Amino acid sequence: MLASILASGLAVGAIYALIGITYNTMFSTSRVMSFTAGQLGMLGGVLGSLFTLRLGLPWPLGLLLTIACGALVGVVTEFVAVRPVLKSLDQHLYVLSTLALALMIQQVTAIGWSTEPQPFPRLLGGFGETVLDEKFWLPVAACLVVVVGLELLYRRTLIGHAFLAVAEDNFAARALGLPERRLRVMSYALAGGIGALAGYAGGELLLAFFANGPHLNFYGFIPVALGGLGNNRGALVGGLVLGLFQQAANFVVGGIFASVAVFTLFIVVLLAAPQGLLGSAQARRV
Amino acid sequence: MSIPSALAASDGPARTGIGTRLAGAAPFLLILGLALAVPLAGNDYWTLIATRAAIYWILVSGLDLVVGFAGQLAIGYVALLLVGAYTTSVLAAGTILPAFPAFAALACAGIVGALVGVVVGLPALRLRTFYFAMTTLGFATIVTQIALAWQDVTGGGIGIAGPEMPAPFDSRLGFYGLCLAGAALCTWMTLNVAASRWGRALVAVRDAEVAAEAVGIAKPRLLVAVFLFAGCVAAIAGGLFASLQTYITPDAFTFDLSLLFFIAVLIGGRGSVLGPLIGTIVLTILPEVAAPLAAWSTFLYAFLLLVIVLVLPGGIADLLDRGKNRPLPAERSIAPRQTALQDLAASATRSAPITLAGVRLSFGAVKAIDGLDLALRPGSVHGLIGPNGSGKTTTLNVISGYYRPQEGRVTLGARSLLAEAREARARLRIARTFQTPRIVAEATVIENVMLGGSVAGRATLAESLLSLPRHREDERALRDSARLALRAVGLDGLDEVRAGRLQHSELRFLEIARALMLRPAFLLLDEPAAGLSAAEIQRLGGLIRAVADAGIGVLLVEHHADLIFAICDEVTVLNLGRVLAAGKPSEIRSHREVVSAYLGG
Repeated sequence: MLASILASGLAVGAIYALIGITYNTMFSTSRVMSFTAGQLGMLGGVLGSLFTLRLGLPWPLGLLLTIACGALVGVVTEFVAVRPVLKSLDQHLYVLSTLALALMIQQVTAIGWSTEPQPFPRLLGGFGETVLDEKFWLPVAACLVVVVGLELLYRRTLIGHAFLAVAEDNFAARALGLPERRLRVMSYALAGGIGALAGYAGGELLLAFFANGPHLNFYGFIPVALGGLGNNRGALVGGLVLGLFQQAANFVVGGIFASVAVFTLFIVVLLAAPQGLLGSAQARRV
Repeated sequence: MSIPSALAASDGPARTGIGTRLAGAAPFLLILGLALAVPLAGNDYWTLIATRAAIYWILVSGLDLVVGFAGQLAIGYVALLLVGAYTTSVLAAGTILPAFPAFAALACAGIVGALVGVVVGLPALRLRTFYFAMTTLGFATIVTQIALAWQDVTGGGIGIAGPEMPAPFDSRLGFYGLCLAGAALCTWMTLNVAASRWGRALVAVRDAEVAAEAVGIAKPRLLVAVFLFAGCVAAIAGGLFASLQTYITPDAFTFDLSLLFFIAVLIGGRGSVLGPLIGTIVLTILPEVAAPLAAWSTFLYAFLLLVIVLVLPGGIADLLDRGKNRPLPAERSIAPRQTALQDLAASATRSAPITLAGVRLSFGAVKAIDGLDLALRPGSVHGLIGPNGSGKTTTLNVISGYYRPQEGRVTLGARSLLAEAREARARLRIARTFQTPRIVAEATVIENVMLGGSVAGRATLAESLLSLPRHREDERALRDSARLALRAVGLDGLDEVRAGRLQHSELRFLEIARALMLRPAFLLLDEPAAGLSAAEIQRLGGLIRAVADAGIGVLLVEHHADLIFAICDEVTVLNLGRVLAAGKPSEIRSHREVVSAYLGG
């Protein structure tokens, strides 16, 4: 039992962490928390199933297409729901505009795809035993690839440095001549790809289901809230801990009470530390 | 009953009396008339739709105060509809307790809903926007799951029968009448709150939170009161909803409904009652008139939300507000009036001086204030000057409670101010203005000023809801003294203008008027002359002098040396958080270091 809690906990935890990183990647260049993060995860599963099962493409091609579509949705998010409201960031219109876009994505998927969960293809197979099945290790592997990849990007490449500069101080970055808008669009494309990959890697666990979005939105947000906005390491640790806690609670007290337990814990921790456990203090007000 | 401006503030000359009231009430009476005419159409189906709209509005009328007025993004309000529906149904069915009569069950649902409303809303006291929106969404999910799992009581996925209303409300027509009466009552109550100090305080918390604290509005108490009301009416709407459905399962409480409620408020327009009412009606009818669209209703709602956010952030209310572009008098000047000020100050409280002793405050390695002593005496103007970054505004913020010094004492007479919350400064009659005016741009000038007198109000939210005598006395007294304050600073005639349309210099005087509403013992002014013309600075000087002569202690943080030397009784010069010099203006003027470091020449 312990082994299966660990396996499924780490697997869903990795998916939550990836959605958390999707939030963070969008937040870093725009200061916007977007409701489309969870929908990207949902799309990853649906598109993966569409390309590989329904259209019969080989899975590597399906994966590439899924990530490309995710990136496209990310860019659309930036153009439709983020750019127009950035000027009035303090009015928090972005909460409403991204929510609206997320709901539109969800509804189009429900009508165009299916309102029932659809199967997701098997890709590689497992290592024999059930807990080492691909549906458990794929999300973890995807999460590792993304985390390592982002670290390399941010540390080793010029464009990564530019991302960091914009995230650190938008105005100063623009004053230095960095193309802030282009960087923002690119970060949304990157986030879209990561979100879609999260859904794709977790496809066998979550299935290709149009209503996965809100669920992923919420559970992907928890690691971000606890780890502090924009903190990818916090999201990684938070996501894995959340996944393990949730699966353990699932096994011990059952599904509904596990949800209630996660929610209660989340609220209590957040009320105690609104900046997150690893976040930084509030800005000055007067 | 007082009818407030039904829409977001409309400009124009001050109009009072029966005519205005009727004009304000007309759109509501028109809607009520149309609603009463629905059954005459002879189509039961339309009566059903109208009943649904009335029930939804009962919920939205409360949510309007939370979302539209207080600006809290509570998206998951379907949770309260569910709680109310199940509480009423379970109590009326008598599965756990002896069966309740339908109305008693409905009343119990109201109480439960009020409590749950506070629980759902509580995170708003610490969390902002996206975070709060997420918690309400999470709450909506959890409540649905509990309803599914708690089979013994709720019937799980199979569901439970809704309460049956007693005669004459058991017929379709009778039930419609009941819901319509409830909706009319809720409209009236929401309008009452909107026009009360509670409504103004909610909008202030949304648009100018720091200023709200400075006038003594305690956000937690305010929000909890509003969450109680919104939760109560939402749960009662839930009970009526269950009765209308005759049978409820958790599936009936979809996220679509939550969205409908939330978007109805936003389409209607923030800070309006009529707008969200129209929004609720439109959104309820929309899927009905376009049957093929029913499957796309979520998409439609979401699309409308996006359009509203991107194109029309003011919502329907903004479209209906005809007075918003009426031209203001172009050649207007600010002319403070001494007599009005004396009337206003006659009731001011005399107080012991405010004393700062050995105050130290550093931000990280920066010593913003480094051992400051200062005394602020009633009836005198104390100027605080110094270069940028010398700690002037920081000192003001220490006195008004926004910063907490690491060392030193700040006392009012024998009382330590450091032990008091920021919001408590208003009750101690310490008022302040801000370097950048913090006003509610969407409210009228007089509403902004009335905000300053919030601590003087005595009526509770319940009294305001029902427009009881104390509420009406409060409003009359606040409005009278706001008029006086506006005359004192010289902004009279602009009472009903939206504050966002004023010029920068006028906003500075508006802030002073708001501060005077406190009948302050001390007035802390943070660079009030910044951005004013020479003539306006002179009038400002006269006003400040008159304020001090009326017995109020003034702390004046300023860069205009002329103004400082013209009106101050004492001057303290700061440099790098330390006192460089202190004394009478004449002494400072000839102080060698001050002249060379700061005044020049």
